[in-house]
Amino acid sequence: MEKEAVVKEKEVQRSNVVHHYLRPKKKFPNVWCAGCGNGIVMGALIRAIDKLKLDKNDVVVVSGIGCSSRIPVYLDFNTLHTTHGRAIAFATGVKVVKPRLKVIVITGDGDAMAIGGNHFIHACRRNIDITVVLVNNKIYGMTGGQFSPTTTAGAFATTAPFGNYEKQFDIVKLASAAGASYVARGTVYHEQQLEKLIEGAIVKRGFSLVEVVSNCHTYYGRLNREGDAVAMISWMKDHAMPIQAAVKLPPEKMVGKFVTGLIHETDATEFCEEYDKLVERLKAKEAQK
Amino acid sequence: MTESEPRTSGEKEPPVNKYEGKLPPLNIFLHWCKGCNICIAFCPQKVLEPDRDGKPILAHPEKCTQCAICWLHCPDFAITSNYK
Amino acid sequence: MSNLRKGKVRLLQGNEACFQGAIYAGIDFYAGYPITPSTEIAEGLARELPRIGKKFIQMEDEIGSIAAVIGASNAGAKAMTATSGPGYSLMVENIGYAYMTETPCVIVNVQRAGPSTGLPTKISQSDMMQARWGTHGDYTAIAVAPSSVRECFEETVRAFNLSERFRTPVTVLTDEVLGHMRELMTMPKPGELEVMERPKPDIPADWYRHFEMTPSMVSPMAALGEGYRYNVTGMTHDREGFPTAVPSEINEKLNKLKKKIERFADEIYKVRTEMMDDAKIAVISFGTVARATHQAIKMARERRVRVGAIQPLTIWPFPDPIISDALKNVKKIIVAELNMGQMVNEVKRIAPRNAEVFFLGRYDGEVMTPQQILDKIREVK
Repeated sequence: MEKEAVVKEKEVQRSNVVHHYLRPKKKFPNVWCAGCGNGIVMGALIRAIDKLKLDKNDVVVVSGIGCSSRIPVYLDFNTLHTTHGRAIAFATGVKVVKPRLKVIVITGDGDAMAIGGNHFIHACRRNIDITVVLVNNKIYGMTGGQFSPTTTAGAFATTAPFGNYEKQFDIVKLASAAGASYVARGTVYHEQQLEKLIEGAIVKRGFSLVEVVSNCHTYYGRLNREGDAVAMISWMKDHAMPIQAAVKLPPEKMVGKFVTGLIHETDATEFCEEYDKLVERLKAKEAQK
Repeated sequence: MTESEPRTSGEKEPPVNKYEGKLPPLNIFLHWCKGCNICIAFCPQKVLEPDRDGKPILAHPEKCTQCAICWLHCPDFAITSNYK
Repeated sequence: MSNLRKGKVRLLQGNEACFQGAIYAGIDFYAGYPITPSTEIAEGLARELPRIGKKFIQMEDEIGSIAAVIGASNAGAKAMTATSGPGYSLMVENIGYAYMTETPCVIVNVQRAGPSTGLPTKISQSDMMQARWGTHGDYTAIAVAPSSVRECFEETVRAFNLSERFRTPVTVLTDEVLGHMRELMTMPKPGELEVMERPKPDIPADWYRHFEMTPSMVSPMAALGEGYRYNVTGMTHDREGFPTAVPSEINEKLNKLKKKIERFADEIYKVRTEMMDDAKIAVISFGTVARATHQAIKMARERRVRVGAIQPLTIWPFPDPIISDALKNVKKIIVAELNMGQMVNEVKRIAPRNAEVFFLGRYDGEVMTPQQILDKIREVK
C-alpha cells in the first residue's frame, strides 16, 4: 500500500516577493555601492519576515547610523532610523511599550560594537525580546574606511595605515556571555541559511542576535587587496564552516575558518514578560485589599 | 504538472523545463542593476555574461536550472525569475 | 488638619510632586538612570508605574534612557525621564533627535552645581542656557521652571501638555533644593488640571504623512504598530519622513521646528508678576530664587521702596513680550539667579533702553537669601 505521506505544499516564495516589501516612494536602486552585502541582508530579512507571515503593521525595524542602518528606510514596515549606536536603546523603548510588536534592529559592527556596545550588552543581559541583525563588514564604511572593533589584526584601514594593532571582539562570544538567548552567525554568501537564522531569531523569545559576515570591497577590500565583491563573497564561501561540521573537526582543521549557523541558544526569562508578571501580581494584591 | 496536485514526499521534484515557453528564465531590471558581477560569477551554469558596462545578459537561457542563486544574491533585487 | 487625613492636602517632596504630576498627566513610560539629586523621581515611579499597569525601566545610562523614552513616545506612549546636569549633557544628542523628529517627551533636569561632577547635593541654576542651546543645530526649545512643590506638580503636567500639543521635547528645570524640600500641597482632583493628548491622524494610512504641514504646523502623530508604517529619521527629512537634500524642503523643515513654537508662544508663556504696577525697580528671578525675591520685595516695600518682582515660569521660549511690557516704566532691573549670569543676558536683550540692568549672581552652592536681594535693591536704589 503506497504510503500516502502528503507533503504540505511548501509555500514557494516567488522570486519577486522582495518587491512587495519595498517602499514605493523610495528611489531605487538603493544607496549602497555595487555589490554591497547590505542589499543581500535586506533581501534575506524580507524573505524571512515573509515566510513568517508577519503583519507588516506589527514589524518595527530600528537602525542606528551606518551603511547597514540605511536598510529600514527602504522597507514597508514601521521604521526608526535613530542616532549612532543607540538603535538598541530606542528599540527597547518601543518593545517595552508595545511588547506585541516584532522589533528588529539593523546595526553594524561599528554601530553596535563600538559606540553602541553598552546598550548591546545590557540588552543581552536584560534578554528583552528584540532581534538584532548585525551586519559585520569589519570596517566603518559610511565614513570612508576606518577600522572597527571587528577589523582583523594587521588589516589596513584609513585610521590604521600601518596595519591594525588592536584586537577584535568575537561578537558571538560577547553576546552569549552577556546573556543573549539566540546567537547565530551567517554570511551574505549563504543567503538561504541566513534567512533561516533570521527567521529563528525573530521567532525566538528573548534577545536574538544574527551576526552577518558581509563584504565592504569599496574600503576593506581595496585597502587590504581582498578584491571586489565577488572575491570577498567567494572568500566567505571557502572559509565558513557550519557549526554542525565544525564541532566534529579537530582544531587544526578549523584554522582560518569561522563558524556559522546557530551557535548559542538558551532559554531565560524575558524582560517584558517579567514586567507583566509584576503588574499582574500587584493587581492581584490590590484586588485582595 | 499542475500547481495544486500534492506531491508525495518520495517523488523527486520534476526538472523545471528550462526554456519551453516563450518566457526567458530570468528578467533583469537594467536600471536597478549596478553591474556588481555577483550573479554572473556565482551562476553555476554560466547562464549570464556581462555586457559592455558589466550588467548581465541572458547568454545561455537554456542552461538555467532555476537554482535561484542569482536573484537570492542580488543586492539590488534587479533579477526575478519567470518560473519561480 | 482634616484635609491632611482625607488626603486632599499632602506633605510632598518636590521630586515626588514632580512624578505625581507625571502620573496625573497620564505618563505611560519612564526610563531613567540614577543621579543625585533626581533619583527620587525614578524611585517613586518604580513603585507607582507597575501598580497602574504602566511601564518603568532603568536603563544602562542616560543616553539609553532618553533613547528609550523617544522610542516609547513613537510607540504611542507619554514618556518622561529625569536627570541632573551631567545626565542632561549626555542626553542632548538624542534630545536633538527628538526635536528633529518632533517626538513629544519630557525631560526633568533637577539642576545641581556644575560644571562636571560639581556639587551633586548643592543647588544651582546654571543649566538654564543648556536647556535652550544644549544640542547642536538650530531648533526652538521649550523649558518650564517651577518654584514650589505644588508648581513642580503643575509644571510637570504643563510640560506634558506642551510636549503633546507642540510635538516636541520639553525640559522641566527644577533644582536640588526644590527637589528635596517638602511642602504642604493640595492635590489637584482628576480633571481639575487640563491634560492634553497629541493630535491623532484621522485619515487612511496611505494618505498619512508623519510630518504633514498643517496650519498649526504641528503634524498629527500616529503610533508605531497602528497601521501607518511611517519612517522616522534624525536626518533632515521631507513631510513624508524620508531623508532629503532639497534646499526648499530643508528650509521648510527647519522653519517648521521654529515657527510651530514661536508662532503660538503666547500659549506657552507663563509669567508671574508681583507689585509691579508702581514699581521703579524690578527683580527678575525664576525657580527657587523667586521665593527669596517674593520675601525680599515685601521687606523692601516695608521700607517704602517701590520694587516689584517678575518670575518667568516659562523659561524658554523666553517670554519677551510679557516681561518687556512689565518693565515699561521701570528704571532699574535686578536679575537674581544662581549662576554666573545666564538669564541676565536675555533680560538685557529686551530691557527698555533707559533702564539699567544689574546682575545679582550666587554660585557658591548656597540658596540666595532675601536679605541678599534686599541689600542689592538698597544698593541700586
